This record gives sequence, structure tokens and C-alpha cells, in this order.
Amino acid sequence: MTVTLNWLMLLLAIFASTGLLFSRDWRWSLGLLAVQYLSVFWMVQAHWPITLAATKLVTGWMACAILGIAQLNAKEASESTWLQGRLFHIFAAGMVLAATFALSLRVDTWLGVSLPLAWGGLLLIGVGLLHLGITSDSFQVIIGLLTVMAGFEILYAAVESSALVTALLAVINLGLALAGAYFMNVDQEKPS
Amino acid sequence: MSAPVLWILLPLVFASLLLIISNQKAIFLVACLLSLFLAMAAWLLPIDTVLTIGSWTFKLAPSVEILGRNLTLTSANRSFLVLIYGSALFWFIPVASLQIARRMIPLGLAITSLLVAALAVQPFLYAALIIEVAVLISIPLLTPSGQNPGKGVIRFLIFQSLGVPFILFSGWLLAGIGANPGDLGLVQQAATFLGLGFAFLLAIFPFYTWIPLLAEEAHPYVVGFLLWMLPTVTLFYGLGFLDSYTWLRDATFLNTFLTLVGTLMVVTGGLLAAFQHHLGKIMGYAIIVETGFSLLALSLGNTSGLNIFLLLLVPRAISLAIWALTLSILREQAPGLSLKDVKGLAHIWPFTTSALVLANLALAGMPLLAGFPAHQAVWEGLARSSLTVAFWVLIGSLGLFASAVRVLAALTAAPEGTPWGARENRTQRLLLAIGVVGLFILGLFPEWALPLWNRMPAIFQHLGQ
Repeated sequence: MTVTLNWLMLLLAIFASTGLLFSRDWRWSLGLLAVQYLSVFWMVQAHWPITLAATKLVTGWMACAILGIAQLNAKEASESTWLQGRLFHIFAAGMVLAATFALSLRVDTWLGVSLPLAWGGLLLIGVGLLHLGITSDSFQVIIGLLTVMAGFEILYAAVESSALVTALLAVINLGLALAGAYFMNVDQEKPS
Repeated sequence: MSAPVLWILLPLVFASLLLIISNQKAIFLVACLLSLFLAMAAWLLPIDTVLTIGSWTFKLAPSVEILGRNLTLTSANRSFLVLIYGSALFWFIPVASLQIARRMIPLGLAITSLLVAALAVQPFLYAALIIEVAVLISIPLLTPSGQNPGKGVIRFLIFQSLGVPFILFSGWLLAGIGANPGDLGLVQQAATFLGLGFAFLLAIFPFYTWIPLLAEEAHPYVVGFLLWMLPTVTLFYGLGFLDSYTWLRDATFLNTFLTLVGTLMVVTGGLLAAFQHHLGKIMGYAIIVETGFSLLALSLGNTSGLNIFLLLLVPRAISLAIWALTLSILREQAPGLSLKDVKGLAHIWPFTTSALVLANLALAGMPLLAGFPAHQAVWEGLARSSLTVAFWVLIGSLGLFASAVRVLAALTAAPEGTPWGARENRTQRLLLAIGVVGLFILGLFPEWALPLWNRMPAIFQHLGQ
């Protein structure tokens, strides 16, 4: 049952992270990010007590809420036509999917985690890095950074379960979301 | 009371309170007095020793527990605390004349205390997380109100954030090496992760592209402050790794790697500085050159390398502070900081422009100025092992020197007959004069900084021996 759920959560992570790559509407992006954190929570709880793993879900959803509120207040960005980039995105996402699968076959024994968890963590890191590489928009950059951190947290949960690290990682995730919120609204602030 | 409460929690609480206050003078006074108090306390108060003053006895406990882990500051850390809070005071004083006190001082104080926490946390590899929190706090400083975030600040955030996973994983691998010292594969993996982590955190070649961009976009004083504090603490953090792991300290590849990367940073930073048209970017490249010099100093070997590394710190802080201050003054007066915008300004801002060129020359290692003794020691040490490396490092410094000459030429290129004057106010003149005198004093009498840095090697149990 758990193994099946692990694979299901991996599929959810694949769907959410690649969806984030294609989404241009911030509402969809934040919805997908929230789904991504659900899969992160499941993958982390494989190694941590469920109460501690729940911090990932709560922090992630709080980050989504912060970004959502900031987007509501921000000026609506003009939607760019991105059809010309779609093929490239599909190709790049496919490459990341294949590369992370190949890598996860080695990482699962190295870290002592099951294949879906190793693949899930590496996939989020890969897709997050891809995201960072193809955008300069501050909202997308923050989404990319949160995705990279989420992938890292899945893998790191297998080797470290310190409460201080959990707290600091939660602070960093929220800090990234707040930085994103600041970026989105800073041009509307009156110069001090 | 414990030392972490005094040097970490107290300034953090004050930083939060100062954010609420709107009076710039009050913010300035409180922060300066607090920094002075913390620097003096670090200088005078022993940690973990009972002190008796009249009938009153007290002891500063070295450790405090947070979420199952410890923040520990011992007596060996006192000179580091003096350096950090002393330099914070040194950076905060000129802020009063720049109209950025409201944001810079509270956030700067919070960043300073977090960076102290980074070096106090046990196990020390968690410091990467605390440094990242300090980076996140610096974001509002780097993107002022009313402006869109530039490429530099976004890259800064990305690169600093990417360093964290590498450092944390390397810590896990290092623990594995402790159990299996003969596992070469594990050693290679740990070294790679550690190297990448520090390459991101320290903006080591080729990950330094954000520095010139940031120096062009953001307020030069904020950039100067952050690029003094963050690399200094990260370098100390890196030294902590070297101090803790014998295999890393004794690794033959380490010195070669540090020499190669340091030389690349000095050469590329220096040569690129020579071709820049923006004063902020030139300062950014000078910071890259300085990080390169720190790495080169460490490549020279255990004790002597460490001493030269420490000798570089005080002149760097003074030169950078003067450089950043002069750029901030010019930024408020000139339409921009490109060479075209500041053309001929030496005629009306003579104190500022002279101090600017002198700070640039000091970081280029010009004789008689503060940077020279430490740079000369690095050149000498490098020349002993490889004349080729010493030659290339000299080329890098010459690039920085050439940038100073270009800046001087632009600043003095006023139309004929332009009258001379001095528009700096009294505070600005005083601050610049003190800074310039400091540059000459440290150039002529480098041993005057000795009381600070000769206690510093004690922070490191093995490197300092």
C-alpha cells in the first residue's frame, strides 16, 4: 500500500512540477505548488514522524498563501505568448525526467531511500533548476527556488531529522516566499 | 546570562525594535552605541570565567540550547566578535550622512547578529542555513522601494540559496568519512559537494557574475556592507571546516585548488575592472579580487597562510567602507555612477573623489596604503612556490590599479576654467579624512592592527597552531 502511494505521490510530483514549468497563470502556478507540497509531505513522512513531516506541508502552503496574497496586490503582469517556448519546455522537462530517473537508480542505494522518493527529490531539484534557468521573472524564480528546496528537503529528510534544521528550512521557505512577495510589490511602494 | 544571548539575541531584539522606530537619528544612535558596547564587551569580558566587580559576581555561560542544538561562543571567539561588531560600528557611523539609516541599520544589525549565530551554531554545518536567512533579510536592503528587482539581486538570491543544499549534504558525507576514513570515493564526493557549496556562497569563479550586477543596481553602501560581512563570515565558516577535518586540511589537492581558483578570481576580477565604465561595477570586481586574495592567502599553508588571511581583513573593511561611502555621496549628486556621469567631479567634490581613488588603490595593493602589507605578503608567498602564479596575480592587481587611473582621469576631466570648490559637508569631510588617514596608517604601520588579529588564530584549534 505504502509503495503504491509512494509511486502515486511521485506521479503527483511529476504532474505538479512540470505543470509549474508550463503554467503562466499565477493562480494555476500556486495551485500546482500546493499540490507539489502535498507530495513533498508524503515523501518526507516516509523517514520522519508524521507530525514533523507536517511542517513541510504547513510551511509550503503558507508560502503559497504569501505568494497568492502578494499576487492579488501586485500589478497584473502582461501575459506573454509562450507557444514558441512550449516545445522547448516539453523537451527540457523530458530530459530532466529521464536524467533524474537515471540518477535516482544510484541515489536510492547511496541515501538509503526507495526509488520513488529518490526520483521525486531529484526530479524537483532538476525541474526547479530548469525553471531558474529559463526565467527571469521574480515570481517564477521564487517558484523555481521553492521547488529546488522542496526536492532537496525530500532527500535530506532521509539523512537528517533535527528539529533545528527543520525549523531553519521552514524559515528559509517562508523567507523565500516573503522575498517573492516583496519583489512583486516593491515597485508600487513609495520610495523612502 | 550566556554569551550567545549577549552577542546574538540582544542585537536581534534591538534590530526588531529599531525597525519600528522612524526617527533616523535615534536608530543611528542606538545601533552605534549597541555595536560599540558589544565590541567592547567582546574585547574585555572573558567567557565562561567568573568575574567579580565589588560584591557582584557574574559569569557569561558559553552555550545556549535551541531546539536540541547549541549556540556556543567561547573565549576564543572574542576577537572574531570584536572584528564583526567593530566593523558593524565602523559601517553604521557614516550611514547617518546617507539617509538610508531607517532600513540599513536595523536590517544590518539583524544580519550581523545572524552571521555571528552562523559561526556559533553546533554542529557548525548548520551555519549555511543561518547564512541563507541573513541573505533573505538582506533582500529589502538591496531592492529599494519603487524599483523593480534587478538581475543582480535575483542572481544573488539564487546562487546563495543553491549553496545551502550542497553544504548540508557535504556535512552528511563528512560524517561518513569520520566513520570510514579510507573511503576515497566518499572523500571525492564530500570535497565536490563542499567545493560547490562554497563556490556558490563565496561567489567563487565562475559563480560571481551577480556581484558586478548587484554593485551596479543597488545602493553602493549597502552592497559594500553586505559584501564585506557575507564573504568574511563565509570564509571563517570555510576555515571551520578546514580546522575540523584533518583529511581536508592535509589534502594535497586543496592548495592547488585554492591557488587555481584564487588566481582566476584575481586575474579575471582585476582585468575586468580595468574595462568597466561604472564605478559600482569596479567596486564589485575589486571585491571579487579580494576574495581571490583571501583564497590565495589560505593556499600558502597553515599558520602563515592563516595569518596573512587575517591581515587582509581590517584593510579590506576600511577600504571598502571608504569606497562605498564615496560612491554613495557621488550617487546622491551625480545623475549616475558611470564614468560619463562623474566626469570632472573632482573639481567640486575633491575630498570624496580623492578618497575614492585612494580606496581603489589600497585594494589594488598600492605601496603606503592599507592593502599593501597583506598583498605584498601574498605575492611573496606565491613567488616562493610559483613565479608564474605570482606574475598572474600581479597582473590582476595591475588591472585594479588601471581602473583607479581611469577613474582618476574621468573625475579630473573637467572643462578648462572650471573653478575648484568643496561641496562635502563637515560630517562627510571628517569621515572621509578619518578613513583616508586610516588607509595610510595601516599601510605604514600594519602592526597597529596586531592586537586584533594576533588573538584570532586561537579560534581555530588546529589551523592556528
